[in-house]
Amino acid sequence: MRQDVPALTLTDTGVAPETGRQGDEELRAARRALVLGGLGFIASAGGFGLVYGLAAREAGVSAIEALAMSLLVLSGAAQFAAVGLIAQGSAWPSIILLTALLNARHLLYSAALAPWVVGRPRLERAAMAHVLTDETFGLAIAHFRRLGRADMWGYWVAAAFVCLPWPVASALGVIGGQAIPDPERIGLDVVFPAAMAGLAVGLVTDRREIVAAVVGASVAVTVGIAAAGASVGVVVGGLVGPLVGLAIPERRTADTAS
Amino acid sequence: MSLGLVGLALLMAAVTYPSRAVPLLAPGIERLPPVVLAYLRLVGPAILAALAATNTVLLVDAAGRPSIHVGIEWLAVGVGIALVAWRHNLLLGIAAAVALAAVFRAIAGG
Repeated sequence: MRQDVPALTLTDTGVAPETGRQGDEELRAARRALVLGGLGFIASAGGFGLVYGLAAREAGVSAIEALAMSLLVLSGAAQFAAVGLIAQGSAWPSIILLTALLNARHLLYSAALAPWVVGRPRLERAAMAHVLTDETFGLAIAHFRRLGRADMWGYWVAAAFVCLPWPVASALGVIGGQAIPDPERIGLDVVFPAAMAGLAVGLVTDRREIVAAVVGASVAVTVGIAAAGASVGVVVGGLVGPLVGLAIPERRTADTAS
Repeated sequence: MSLGLVGLALLMAAVTYPSRAVPLLAPGIERLPPVVLAYLRLVGPAILAALAATNTVLLVDAAGRPSIHVGIEWLAVGVGIALVAWRHNLLLGIAAAVALAAVFRAIAGG
């Protein structure tokens, strides 16, 4: 089952009131796809977590501090930028400001997920927000749309694929990161873009979504070059792509799933 | 062991959390106009494509200057996209992209 509009009426379990064998089978199939799709992130988060830990150690960050940053901030881009600035001796306010700018894109993720989880307890939504990373968003939004409803089990599993290996690998990287091979040498650097692109493909069901994706990507690269920052580009692409997509008359083509 | 930067981590978390939480916690999101919900539905494909594109195409040098990068990553991600679209299997697409990049770099590296 797929719907264009998120289900806004949920049961206490976070699942729209659909029962029966077909619904169970759909749920199992969607969860299986989610788990299979998320496996690559474990290797990616683990590999780059180790590299982050190594970079943190070279910047004079202790294992506890690196672990605290990974647990509390949970944002690879901001953390890599932070250890770079720490190594240069930058002042805390500049690091905090850069973190806020780099992580502004989460506002869009949160807004896109919000209609799916209306009715969930406020405390649960507050906890969801803490683990809302790029990867969590990509996996969760694809999973919800595959089902046509929210599935909180799926959300937490999606979050676990990154939020568990990242801090563990960060701490290990500080302790013994010099022993690891370069993740780029074994191709782990393409896990993230390949996964994000694949998840985007899975979300495309009509012309509007194709246009939003193509425009979003094009604007992100253009602005990233012009504004000297990929994060700025991602935010602008994420804002402009849907606007242009909305201008296209809606006509569904074919159902796809990732 | 130094703990001084735990405070910095807390402050970084403090400026990150609101952007993650405010829309999720805002009341009345279900009463937004249909056009806004339609817009939010398009945010997913747009931002995922934007993340994929910037992580494939942009290369940032040591001074923080971004430039267009052309390399095996383009082909690897392209093959991954094609496989996901064809087989509807994300893991297969990721595995193919990683394998392609790793093999190419092994050959190119001698």
